[in-house]
Order: sequence, then C-alpha cells, then structure tokens
Amino acid sequence: MIGELGQLVLCFALALSLVMAVSGLMGARPTAIAARKTATSSALGLLVFVVLAFGILTYAFVTSDFSVALVASHSHTLKPLVYKISGVWGNHEGSMLLWVLVLALYAGLVAVLQRGGERLTSAALGVQGLLAFAFILFILFTSNPFLRLDPAPFEGAGLMPLLQDPGLAMHPPMLYAGYVGLSAAFSYAAAALMVGEEGWARAARPFMLVAWIALTCGIALGSWWAYYELGWGGFWGWDPVENASLMPWLIATALLHSALATEKSGAFRTWTLLLAIAGFSMSLIGTFLVRSGVITSVHAFASDPTRGFFMLILIALAITGALGLFAWRASKLQGGTAFSSVSRETTLLLNNVFLVAACACVFVGTLYPLVLDAMNGTKISVGPPYYVLTFAPIFFALLLLVPFGPQLGWKRADLKSAWRTLYPALGLAAVAAVTVLAIVSPRGAAATGAFAVAGWLIGASIIDIRKRKGARASGFASALAHAGLAITLMGVAGTTAWRSEALTVMAPGQKLTVGPYTLRFDGVTREKGPNYIADRGHIALLDGNKVQTTLLPEHRYYPAEGQEMTDTAIHTNGLRDLYLALGDDRGAGHFALRAYVSPLAPLIWLGGLVMALGGILSLWGRLRVKDPAPQAAAPAVAQAAE
Amino acid sequence: MKNRVLLLSMLVSLLAAPTFSHAQAPNTAVIESFSDPALETRARNLQRQLRCLVCQGESIDESNSPFAGDVRHLLRQQISEGRSDQQILDFLVARYGDFILMKPPVQPNTWLLWLAPFLVLGAGGAVAWTAVKKAGAREA
Repeated sequence: MIGELGQLVLCFALALSLVMAVSGLMGARPTAIAARKTATSSALGLLVFVVLAFGILTYAFVTSDFSVALVASHSHTLKPLVYKISGVWGNHEGSMLLWVLVLALYAGLVAVLQRGGERLTSAALGVQGLLAFAFILFILFTSNPFLRLDPAPFEGAGLMPLLQDPGLAMHPPMLYAGYVGLSAAFSYAAAALMVGEEGWARAARPFMLVAWIALTCGIALGSWWAYYELGWGGFWGWDPVENASLMPWLIATALLHSALATEKSGAFRTWTLLLAIAGFSMSLIGTFLVRSGVITSVHAFASDPTRGFFMLILIALAITGALGLFAWRASKLQGGTAFSSVSRETTLLLNNVFLVAACACVFVGTLYPLVLDAMNGTKISVGPPYYVLTFAPIFFALLLLVPFGPQLGWKRADLKSAWRTLYPALGLAAVAAVTVLAIVSPRGAAATGAFAVAGWLIGASIIDIRKRKGARASGFASALAHAGLAITLMGVAGTTAWRSEALTVMAPGQKLTVGPYTLRFDGVTREKGPNYIADRGHIALLDGNKVQTTLLPEHRYYPAEGQEMTDTAIHTNGLRDLYLALGDDRGAGHFALRAYVSPLAPLIWLGGLVMALGGILSLWGRLRVKDPAPQAAAPAVAQAAE
Repeated sequence: MKNRVLLLSMLVSLLAAPTFSHAQAPNTAVIESFSDPALETRARNLQRQLRCLVCQGESIDESNSPFAGDVRHLLRQQISEGRSDQQILDFLVARYGDFILMKPPVQPNTWLLWLAPFLVLGAGGAVAWTAVKKAGAREA
C-alpha cells in the first residue's frame, strides 16, 4: 500500500508543479491576477505533496518495509533509527527526492514571502515550477523510489557502513539546502529578465544568503566527515564530488558580492543576472556529475546510463534556456552606472574576477579528464598538485585584496585613507609571519605566506569591527565572514605543513611517540555494536607516567553489508588533533595503528562556521529591518530609468 | 575510497615481515620501508604523486589495492638502485601512461587544462578593466 500511495502523491506533485509553472509564467503578464494566485497556491500545494512523498518514503525506511525495493536494498532492521532515516537519502532515488523536497521548500518560501513585485514573484514561481516538473518527471521515470519488490525479503541489504554516521545524516540535507537553494536566485534572475524588473537582486538576496550559508556549512560538514570517517587524516582531496560542491560555492560567493553592488549602487546589473544563472547551473552540473555515475566514487551510487542521459538533457535545457533568455533580454536591463576606479564597486568586481577564475580552475580540472577521455580515449589524472599550482595562487591573490573592499566607499573612495585605516593589519601580518618563522619547524614559504595573509585578514576584520562599533549587527557580517576565511586558511596551512604521522604495528604495552604525544597500546577488546562487531583499541595518552586519557579507535566489521570500516578516535585540544585509526589484527595481540598529529586542524571547520555566522548576521539584518533604504540606491535607480 | 586503514596494514605487514612469518612476505631482497629517513621521505613523496589505477581517486600512498602495493614495491626497489625521482616517474609513465601521474604533464593535449584558469583570469581582468574605465568615464 505504502509504495503505491507514495507514487500517487508524487504524481499529484508532478501535476501541481505543471500548474505552478504555467500559471506562474502567465502571471508575469500585468493583468493576470488570477494566474498569480494560482501560482502561489500551487506552490504551497506542491510543497505539501512533496513533503508527503518524502514522509512516506521515510516511513517505509523507519518501519523497514522491505516490499519497497529501495528500502530492501538500502536498509536493515538492525540499523539504528537515525541511520534508517538518513538511509532515505543515502541512495540515488531518495537523494533525488530530497533534492526535489528542497526545491519545493524554496518555492514555498518564495510564494509565502512574496518579495519583490507581484509579477516578478509569479514569474520566479513559474521557473521554479518548471524545474520541479522536470526533476519530478526524472524521478518518476528513471529513479522511482517507490518501486515494489515481490516477494518482499525478510531482511534488507543494509547501508554502506561508511554512510552510517551522524555526519552523513546531516551533510547531504545541508548541502542540498545550499545548492538547490541557488535555484531561487536562478528563478528570480530569469523572472527579472522576463518582466524587466530592476529590484530582483534585493528580492532574491535572503534566498541567496540562506543558500550560501547552507552550502558553506554543508561543505564544512562534508570535509569534517571525510576527515574523521575515512581514516586517512586528510580533509579535502579535490575529488570530483567535492569539486561539485565547491563550484557552486565559489559562484554563490561571487554572486553575493556582485548582487550587493547591484542592489546598493545599481552597478553590474547584467553581470549579477548572469552569475545567478551560472550559480545554479553549477549546482545542476554538480548534481549531474554526482548522480549520473559519470564519475564513480563514494557518492556516485548510481550508474545507470539512461539516468545520466535524461538528466543531461534536463540540465542542458535549463541552462541553455536561461542563457538564451539572458542573451535576448539582458540588454533591456542595461543601466550602466558611474563609479571611480577607486571604489567599492571596483573591489567587488575584482572579487568576482578572481572567484570566477578559481571556479574555472575547478571546473576545468574536474571536466577536462572526462572530455579528453570521451574525445580520444586519452586518460589523464588531475589530482591535488594541479589545484595547488592553479587554484591556490588565484585564491591567494583574492585573499590579499579582501580587506580593501569594506574600507572603500561606494562610487568614489580614497585609497590613501583606506591604507591609513588598514596599515595596523599589515603589522599583524608581519607578526604572524615572524612568529611562524621563529617558533615552528619545518619552515616553509607557503605556510609563512598563508599565516601572513591570515594575519592581514584578521587584522582588517578587527579594524573593521572597531570602526563599526555600535552599528547594527549585520554591519559585522563581512568582517566575520572574512575572518572565517582567515581561520580556515590557518587550519589548512597548519595541517598541511606540520602534520606528523606514525604508521606501525603495536604490541600490547608498547609505547609510541608521535609529535609531542606519547601513546601506550593497552590492547584490544571485542565489542558488539547494534549492527557491527568491533575491535576496540585502548590507547592511553600518557602525561609522564600518568594516563591523561584513553582513546578508543575501532576497527568494525558489518556482517549485513560484509564490509570493514575504521572508526577513528580523535583527541583535540582545540588547536591540535591527535588522530588514531586502528588497523587489522596482526596476530598475538598485535594491531596495526596509524597515528596523526594535525596542528590547527580544528580551525579548518571552525573557519567555515565563522563564515556561515557572518552570513547569518547578514540575513538577520535583512529580515529584521523591513526595508533598509540604502543611501546609494535612489540615485542609481533614477539613473537607470533615464 | 575504501578503508584506508587496510593500506596501513598492508604496509605494516611487509614492514613486520620478519616478526610475523604469516605475513605475505615476498622475496627476501624486497625493501618495503627504508631505515634511512631521507629515502623513506622520498618514497612517500613519490607515492603521493602517483595515482592508483584500479581505485577511484586514491593515491598509491593511500590505496590498499594489490596494484598500489606492487607500485610501492617497484618504486622503492628503484630508489634503492639509486635512480632519481624523475627517472622513476618516467619509467612508470612509460609503463602505465600519464594516468598514473596525479599532476598532469604539460604537453599539447593538456595546454588548455593548464592555461584555462589563467586565460579566464586574464579575460576577466580585461573585462573588469574596460568596465571600470567606462564607469569612470560616465562619472566624469
């Protein structure tokens, strides 16, 4: 019953999305008031039905209803409840349904908030409806999560042990809230092109912010998950799947900055539209890369070519449609504003140039091997060294310029006075560089440079915060986000330059020194988890002869899935991680052990959190103040209207 | 990306071969871990630059596949024979193709790959330059 019900509900959702698309687009005409009402109510209806469909699938997972094929192939009665739930999106079909759920959520928000003009909102709902229609169609035809299995098996096949983790429970929903959230900016941009409304950037800003915050958290969570779950001590591997989430983030970051200029001073109107289209296009390309099975890795569970083909057509239609609309209508919006070469506008433009180049780098690095292979079968690898040589210098140059933006005013600014404000930050940069050179070994140019830049950014943020004392909370948003970048940078530089590792077989009672830590191996106990058996290593962290704490890394075996997994143990003092991964049994109580000491590793994710917090502050300011009339906007709009 | 710890156990099993006779100890002349830290650093460094051909996106250093084990063995043997890093990389590329290099070589079919980010940067810079000049002219 439950499977058929789910399918029926999803069919209703499909019908509603079509109604929403048609009525929304019709509502773009000035007189079509009824159509606009229909668009709003069908958006809410769509949300209700997609939530229902998702709820039904979740129910099937929670109750281990193995007559639903997806549940049988991805769940197991012994799995803890939280992983039964996260199992819903731990597979291709369910994660596509989650994708559509997020799309419907944003559509619902657009409908409820009704930001911007009526026609603009209606057209945006229309575009959102088209996207929902296309993707629900995709689910029903190629990735139906409600297919039956008859006879129903008594037990399910289980979920990849790698995915049975709190990080996985949170990471995909967060990431999707980010990159599917960019659909709202995309829809608003397309709508602005249709109805020719200038105010779209302000209308869409809260959606861009929410998407960016979620994407930032999602990437940070994913990186953290890879760090503690994969047992290799790394945090970012430039894997195509990771790149697929980084590309939308880079464009979304560029978009946030460019849209600010459009909103506050009327600059870069067409460019901001293009970025809004590009941002969601990157999300679509990312979805294709991960979901089609083009690139096989941890995330790409799907490998059915018909799916890939169907999805490629959908994506090509969405992107070419939006770009076509842009080419046709963008000239109508061209205003052209005046600003001096020394102004905040110029810095935001430079920000965009560097971010787009950084994104191009990730884009080419991810797709080039695929294209080359498809063209003439030549196989090359594009691994981390490529990004170190291309992405890193471009991003580094961007970071050098970051502090100037907030110090320069709109339209016309004075570089000298910005320098006067900022020079103490140079002092902090110098102190950071000297400190690194003086007290840490091994010395390296990259780490020293990274810390100097981090000092420069943090110094500039402190200056900015002091300058704005007493301002609204949202005034501190950029200072916080930029400081977050610096914090992440220090974490990345610290672990990369100063990580130490030990790789040995330990006998009971044996001691091991790694970095500043002394460890003692106290043997292994056999533990039974809800759906696994584990060898649990007892490793004492010694302080002299006293046991400071005991770390318990595990080596797990999941009988249902027939797989082995490592469960790392991490001891952190907030600035340095001691990271242990237990290997397999070497006989006679001996076990393999891998130990890392990663200085500053926690800063990587802390920085991500601080960045997200900056975004939240900005959003808070937006939602609290009904209409914060910007000083510069009025003349800009007047100018554009001429 | 399977269990990376297994790699460790492989390395370790070889390392510990004299103590544990049950480990799959290969021929006696095999060197799997250099006692000289400089040589060991070189080996690890090379291992990180190489891709495991039978895995997904893992380096030879991380992978626990038999293939990666063979390559580790091969390159360590060549290091002990006194070959330079470049000679070893050339040898492996001749044998397995460019795919084994984590860092793609600079050659005609990768020029675009290496140049594209900087071309975009240059083009973006040029567009920004003209946009700023235009905006400045409007202001005047």
